[in-house]
Amino acid sequence: MTFSNNKIKAAVLLLASTALVTACGKKEIDDLPPVADGTQGDGNNNGNNNGANAVQPGSQQDFVNSVGIGRDRVFFDTDRYNIDAQDQVTLQTQAQWLARYPNVQATIEGHADERGTRDYNLALGERRANAAKNYLVSLGIGSGRIRTVSYGKERPSALGSNEQSWAQNRRAVTVIVN
Amino acid sequence: MKQIASRITAICAACLVLLLSPAIAQDTPQDDDDVDEVVTFQVDRLRRVAIPEFATPSSVNTPAGNTASLGAQIARVIANDLSGSGLFTPVGPSGVRKIGYAEVRAPQFGYWRGRNAEQLISGAVQARSDGNLIIGCYLYNVNAGSEVTRSGFVVSPREWRRAAHKCADSIYSKLTGEAPFFDSRIAYIAETGPKGARVKRLAIMDSDGANHRFITNGQTTALTPRFSPNYKSILYLSYRDGNPRIYVYDIESKRQRLITQSRNPTFAPRWSPDGQTILYSMAVGGNTDVYKISARGGKSVRLTDAPGIDVGGSFSPDGRRIVFESDRSGSQQVYVMNSDGSGERRISFGGGRYATPAWSPRGDLIAFTRIGGGFRVGVMRTDGSGVRLLTNSWQDEAPTWAPNGRVIQFFRTQKNSGKTSIWQVDLTGRSERKLPTPVSGSDPAWGPVRP
Repeated sequence: MTFSNNKIKAAVLLLASTALVTACGKKEIDDLPPVADGTQGDGNNNGNNNGANAVQPGSQQDFVNSVGIGRDRVFFDTDRYNIDAQDQVTLQTQAQWLARYPNVQATIEGHADERGTRDYNLALGERRANAAKNYLVSLGIGSGRIRTVSYGKERPSALGSNEQSWAQNRRAVTVIVN
Repeated sequence: MKQIASRITAICAACLVLLLSPAIAQDTPQDDDDVDEVVTFQVDRLRRVAIPEFATPSSVNTPAGNTASLGAQIARVIANDLSGSGLFTPVGPSGVRKIGYAEVRAPQFGYWRGRNAEQLISGAVQARSDGNLIIGCYLYNVNAGSEVTRSGFVVSPREWRRAAHKCADSIYSKLTGEAPFFDSRIAYIAETGPKGARVKRLAIMDSDGANHRFITNGQTTALTPRFSPNYKSILYLSYRDGNPRIYVYDIESKRQRLITQSRNPTFAPRWSPDGQTILYSMAVGGNTDVYKISARGGKSVRLTDAPGIDVGGSFSPDGRRIVFESDRSGSQQVYVMNSDGSGERRISFGGGRYATPAWSPRGDLIAFTRIGGGFRVGVMRTDGSGVRLLTNSWQDEAPTWAPNGRVIQFFRTQKNSGKTSIWQVDLTGRSERKLPTPVSGSDPAWGPVRP
């Protein structure tokens, strides 16, 4: 959780988001925005989900519950991989959680929609996963904790062949490993 | 698995043995049909070829069925091959009069003229005392009443299909002046399961879909196979360790190894025409470039360094140039460079995006996927001029060339279901057909003609 890599990593990000990234990078983790209103995330991370099964703190289930529905991922425009303002909020939420569990490792899975050729989509998924990773790293998450993997168009989450499905499939999903 | 390699060698030698059987005598074929007759691919008509069942002097049982039924099957394979080339309209063997053994070399030309056949293919299957088959085929010009060419092969019964493909190849070459391509194999990805949980297995088959075999069991996703030029190994992408990595799979030993030791994802593999070099793409920190490495291992060489995605790539037949795709201009376009990475030059400038370039084995054309409203397969000259789209469907992708550079296979994806199938189209774009595969199929990769 050092910030020593911030400048380097921030420089890697898209020009369009460089200013925002740099600003965010200077923040303390505790200053990060909370989960946005309207999501059902627990926010308080104590696993108080009232379920019959206790959720192990620091687990994938805890992560998903804490960051909120749909906040385990960020979405991209066609052929793009920039982290926009909405993505930044999502990743800041993820970073908050990751900061609470410094021993937890994560994988960011990069995906593309079916309207791209196979090899290009593998490259694009890798680009997206790295963009999300770089942003988390710029927020102070150690780069060694985050692995990336691209699935290209091999693992769609929405199964239709329409704009709505494709928008859901152009994504980078953070998955807690241990 | 050792017998596979040796079996092919034995058959290849056998293929060269021309028939000495008294039934099929060895004369120098008459050359009254000039090989230069059809050298362009813009055919204005399809040739009507009659193909009756191959005859047999006496039906003998073999491990592949009796010689009479083999005769019918061989004629069907030849008819299917010629039909798929886009240059012929085969008639038969079903619905065509069966011919007797004596008629193989003494056709009743008057009868075939009455059937409006321009050419006649007749042949015979004969069991030899050593257990092998002699398969001979003849091509006749019906109007001239003369023999055009003949060929013959000695094969083990289970290899009868190869003899049929060799017959079709000899006839195709004689009538078109083009190099043969039917006796070749395809590596591809067999797909099963629903769109959200597709199982993808490496598989191989003959160019017509026969002799199908699964290589991987589907526990991990396999993608983008490429047969080595000698058919002994296959490059492909596997997620077997959780990451996309290129492996080279040895068919005989069933062993596989990473082509390069790296923590980075590697994908889009391709052999050089001589099989000595492997071209691949690797993403480092999210940025993908094209690399090459010796097939024996060693140090990899980075060929591109643009900040965009540089991916794919395919060698020219002389191995001196490479065509690849890059989105450095803002969208996927096709570029050519020298094989050392120098002299990069963009060649595609039409509307839409151009992806998955594949250099023809003839050297004259580059096939691609054009992404516009839909995905269509097309060809362009190596300088980017003369763009022609050959297919028109919702999503056609990833062309691979027949070894003679006159036919292309690709895969077609259905909207919504995502179901895939392998298709073949000739360079006129007029003859398009689906290959028979036991399950859905994608990522076809065509290997060279077998010796």
